[in-house]
Amino acid sequence: MAAVKVTLRNPRREVDIAGPIRVHALVERLDLNRESVLVIRNDELVPGDVELVDDDEVEIRPVISGGST
Amino acid sequence: MKCTVCRGPAVIDVRRHNANFCAEHFAKHCREQVGRAIHQFDMVHPGERVLVAVSGGKDSLALWDILLDLGYHADGFYIGLGIGEYSDESGSYARAFAERRGATLVEADLPGDFGFDVPTGSLAARRAPCSACGLSKRHLFDRAAIDGGYDVVATGHNLDDEAAVLFGNVLRWSTDYLGRQHPVLPEGHGFPRKVKPLVRLGEREMAAYCVIRGIDYIVEECPMAAGNRHLGYKEVLNEVEAQSPGTKNAFYFGFLERASHLFTPEAEAEQLELRPCERCGAPTPNDVCAFCMLVERAARR
Repeated sequence: MAAVKVTLRNPRREVDIAGPIRVHALVERLDLNRESVLVIRNDELVPGDVELVDDDEVEIRPVISGGST
Repeated sequence: MKCTVCRGPAVIDVRRHNANFCAEHFAKHCREQVGRAIHQFDMVHPGERVLVAVSGGKDSLALWDILLDLGYHADGFYIGLGIGEYSDESGSYARAFAERRGATLVEADLPGDFGFDVPTGSLAARRAPCSACGLSKRHLFDRAAIDGGYDVVATGHNLDDEAAVLFGNVLRWSTDYLGRQHPVLPEGHGFPRKVKPLVRLGEREMAAYCVIRGIDYIVEECPMAAGNRHLGYKEVLNEVEAQSPGTKNAFYFGFLERASHLFTPEAEAEQLELRPCERCGAPTPNDVCAFCMLVERAARR
């Protein structure tokens, strides 16, 4: 099925989202906080205003880490 | 979206600065913010040797990369914590970075050198895993710096880390911790100087810096940290930040400017009570330091 292929981490999983869709809208659709993630395509950052189309493959990488301080 | 500096295509927005950056100017922004923090808080002096506490995660590897680029004599220090595959993988990222940059990585290994790992140590000491881990790391960083003749230990605590810790300390009015929450803890009483050069940069910026610079790091969260309080505080603060960019920065730097000094006398008084641990010589308020007690309890299991 044609869609934007999205890889999420922690835990690792994949979801398909119908394109076209802007990066900010994708993050919102997945109920994620834009302050807490980066969107990466082909090892490069994708800014929020970019429109993703079907068959694009992106990773949504969480940036929050924490443990002992 | 255009880069605020050069008007070329931007790859990231930093909303608290109301700015967008292309890859080149974002890396420059990160180096400038670290340079400003070092200068603002008098963290490192010319010619000093810096030991960077390296975990294999984004913050510590980005910090090491930036310090090297800024011309500092910075070696890395990695501790194997014995947390299964997580430790194996994080160690491999630290070693790969050191090799790529031609930098020196000093290593210690908790199971190999002291006979216990973080999961065992936390059970033995009846401490939360992050508590046993933090205690071990702080002790070994201090020891490695003093034994290795380093002037300063640099850690990868970023603005999000500091804002979350401050949030937790204020919620519980932990005045002793508030008195020690500063980007620089001076040397003395048996401790090396400790600095946090990333306090002017957020967590998202550090991850972005690694992607832009092609620095591979461990993305997976430590399995022992799942559900800990600080992660929850970060999520709460990011909800606020999304609505009101700049809030974390205002919270943390407002504390440093307006309130930090109110709590330092208590922290300084605690320092005066320290004496050398009768087993290892590390500063402690007791006869035996908390790390030596942890080693002893873990050995009994």
